[in-house]
Amino acid sequence: MTINTFNQGNTCKIQMPCLAKMERMIVAMQDPDMGIKMRNQRLLITVIPHATTGHDVVEWLIQKLSITEEEALHLGNLIVKFGYIYPLREPRNLVLRADESPYRLQTPYFWTTNKWPATELDYAIYLAKKNIRKQGDLDDYEKDSYDQLNKRINHTWDFVLMQAREQLRAAKQRRKADRLVLECQEQVYWLVNRPPPGTLNILEHGPERRNSQNTRIKLIQKNNEWYKNEIELCKKAMGRTRVKSSICLEGFVKRTEQFAPHDPIMAGCLPSNPWITDDTMYWSMSANFVTTPTKLCVERWAFGFQELINDPLGRKEFKHFLEREFSGENIFFWEACEDLKYGEQSKIEEKVQALYHHFLAPGALRWVNIDSKTMEKTLEGIRSPHRYVMDDAQMHIYMLMKKDSYPRFLKSDMYKNLLAKAVVPQETKKSVFPFMRRQRHSSPSPALALSAGEEDGQADDKDKPTSSGTVSQV
Amino acid sequence: MGEMEQLRQEAEELKKQIADARKACADTTLSQVTSSMEVVGRIQMRTRRTLRGHLAKIYAMHWSTDSRYCCSHQKPVRLFEWDCERGRELGVLPLQVLFQGVCFWDPPKSKQVCSSSCAKPSVVFRRRVRISFVRCNDATSCLLGYLSCCRFLDDNQIVTSSGDTTCVLWDIETGTQKCVFVGHTGDCMSLAVAPDFRLFISGACDATAKLWDIREGMCRQTFIGHESDINAICFFPNGNAICTGSDDATCRLFDLRADQELVAYSHESIICGITSVAFSKSGRLLLAGYDDFNCNTWDSMKGERVGVLSGHDNRVSCLGVTSDGMAIATGSWDSFLKIWN
Repeated sequence: MTINTFNQGNTCKIQMPCLAKMERMIVAMQDPDMGIKMRNQRLLITVIPHATTGHDVVEWLIQKLSITEEEALHLGNLIVKFGYIYPLREPRNLVLRADESPYRLQTPYFWTTNKWPATELDYAIYLAKKNIRKQGDLDDYEKDSYDQLNKRINHTWDFVLMQAREQLRAAKQRRKADRLVLECQEQVYWLVNRPPPGTLNILEHGPERRNSQNTRIKLIQKNNEWYKNEIELCKKAMGRTRVKSSICLEGFVKRTEQFAPHDPIMAGCLPSNPWITDDTMYWSMSANFVTTPTKLCVERWAFGFQELINDPLGRKEFKHFLEREFSGENIFFWEACEDLKYGEQSKIEEKVQALYHHFLAPGALRWVNIDSKTMEKTLEGIRSPHRYVMDDAQMHIYMLMKKDSYPRFLKSDMYKNLLAKAVVPQETKKSVFPFMRRQRHSSPSPALALSAGEEDGQADDKDKPTSSGTVSQV
Repeated sequence: MGEMEQLRQEAEELKKQIADARKACADTTLSQVTSSMEVVGRIQMRTRRTLRGHLAKIYAMHWSTDSRYCCSHQKPVRLFEWDCERGRELGVLPLQVLFQGVCFWDPPKSKQVCSSSCAKPSVVFRRRVRISFVRCNDATSCLLGYLSCCRFLDDNQIVTSSGDTTCVLWDIETGTQKCVFVGHTGDCMSLAVAPDFRLFISGACDATAKLWDIREGMCRQTFIGHESDINAICFFPNGNAICTGSDDATCRLFDLRADQELVAYSHESIICGITSVAFSKSGRLLLAGYDDFNCNTWDSMKGERVGVLSGHDNRVSCLGVTSDGMAIATGSWDSFLKIWN
């Protein structure tokens, strides 16, 4: 849902589907039954009709979308920043205040989707009007823009001034309340489209994107060739085996549950999270060169062969185990293949030769047991060596280790010993020095909180309304 | 004209069949499967570090594999490397770049950072103190559009996604394009590499995500379901599913084996698009950065929002979780990088 507008030959485009959603919300706000109750609001001595208060807007959002006050305030603020609702009292400050400050809904004429991009001509007329009305007392940035526009569209300057005077004259004939409202609306529109320097430019979006819906230049030629290609791809896709979603979802549930204690954000981490307590013991205990791995680490090795072999400590232990079983050459071969795959391009040939020499040649010191078909294919490939020439052989050995050696490793005494000896780090006590400045934002490790008293935790939750905010000021 | 019409109809018919086959496999919903799971509860994260130093919008960031350093990219033209733990810069590089993607790769020998320029990726090597550039210099292998994202595959290969709707595999040493992945009909905005480095996924402005086989150079699967441009994409930790974030304010989880969308993470009150997504280490939490200056934490299994990271003053443009799962970094157009957990 992207919104297209064209502007005098330039294909401009706004990439904000959120605007359509915001507009739907605004329309819902104006619904006579379910919308916000509009009242007259008093602004000094003038009475403005069809206005509302910040508080009412927030309340309506809370009710309509079933969200918390903080979220409603955040959303309301966003709507105000885009100029769909504007404050009457301080029109320059586009912020939603959840109190009795009066707000008004922007007229659809000035909605971003209807009037985008803002034209230079319109801006010139607006600034000219302001200039005349305030007798030259514009803001600095507005003065600069005014001068620039004067230079740029000098040929239509008479028209600009004429339009400005005409609009001012027409405005004088309105009632004061209407005039105020019109001025506010226009001011907010220009605050959003031409924000003062240094303030947030809400309409800014990244580099311009193209997709086949909006470019004049076709990105793809939909001809016979293209359709034939599509049909080929579709036929292939039809032939694919699909797994039932229940099985897939169960897989995810299993995975998240299995890894839940290993997820530091959810389960905390012992001895302590270095980011919170500035104590780097966690990293030194999990480093590659420790002699005793932590318990979590050792447990992870049992989750799957990939976990074991990817962890340097795990791989080391597995190597020891294989050497005891006299099948150590498998893991060395696997490691050498990995080195080949991810290493430097220039060394590929010599690595392939070394691999052949050490592992595949008849009578090699560490001869690996591959089936004849794979061996033939690999030897063929060695003639023109490239990065992935050992793939089939590596896969064969990998599966061999996974199906045969790995289950035995898990059942072995060696692994059981490792599990028993594994360290469960102590929770580091936080120091209580009062002048410890870095102690900001420390929250107790969830691990501690859980054991300290589940009942307490639950009682607290019931009393406090759910708050989503997080402190971030540093 | 008659033949083209026939072909078009045939293609439509096949697509309908595929949709039916997918529906036949969808035999349950997420809520049914996870109804017995424990609720995660409110996840409140706080800012632990704020990295100041950028002078302009941050567009991309990436953690190093040792989870203590990260690099970030601002527009215009500077690449920062941070020692996140101490909260200070390691180095700043001025680069000739217009739009970006940045990522780390640190094999045992050297730290390499890749940054992409308007038409060609530039790889920056950092061996001890000297910094040298490697530019892809083949003039004919230039891209026609901006580079939106890049990732290392190994010491010598990068995969990039580009605004000219293609993804390209580059050879760093020779600076040439090894393989071009064609198929998207809109600008490719992001990509992610599978844990086994054999596949990668890309999300594009045509609202589809595609799974590509790197060795074969072809598209294996296409995922539809989004209603607007896909800005961010990432793999679930075990590589069996992908999560995409889009301008239509939803994140969706697509399963690679079921070949379809399984979950959509959205709420009526969230109307701004998503710029970046990442999973926590277990995959239970999905973090997504939005255009409305917040980052939301979703329970990926229950499909509910369980937390908000608010603190930026402009849109959150990039997000990353460390590989040990200890912290999250968010970068924003307000020029600050914040580390949370």
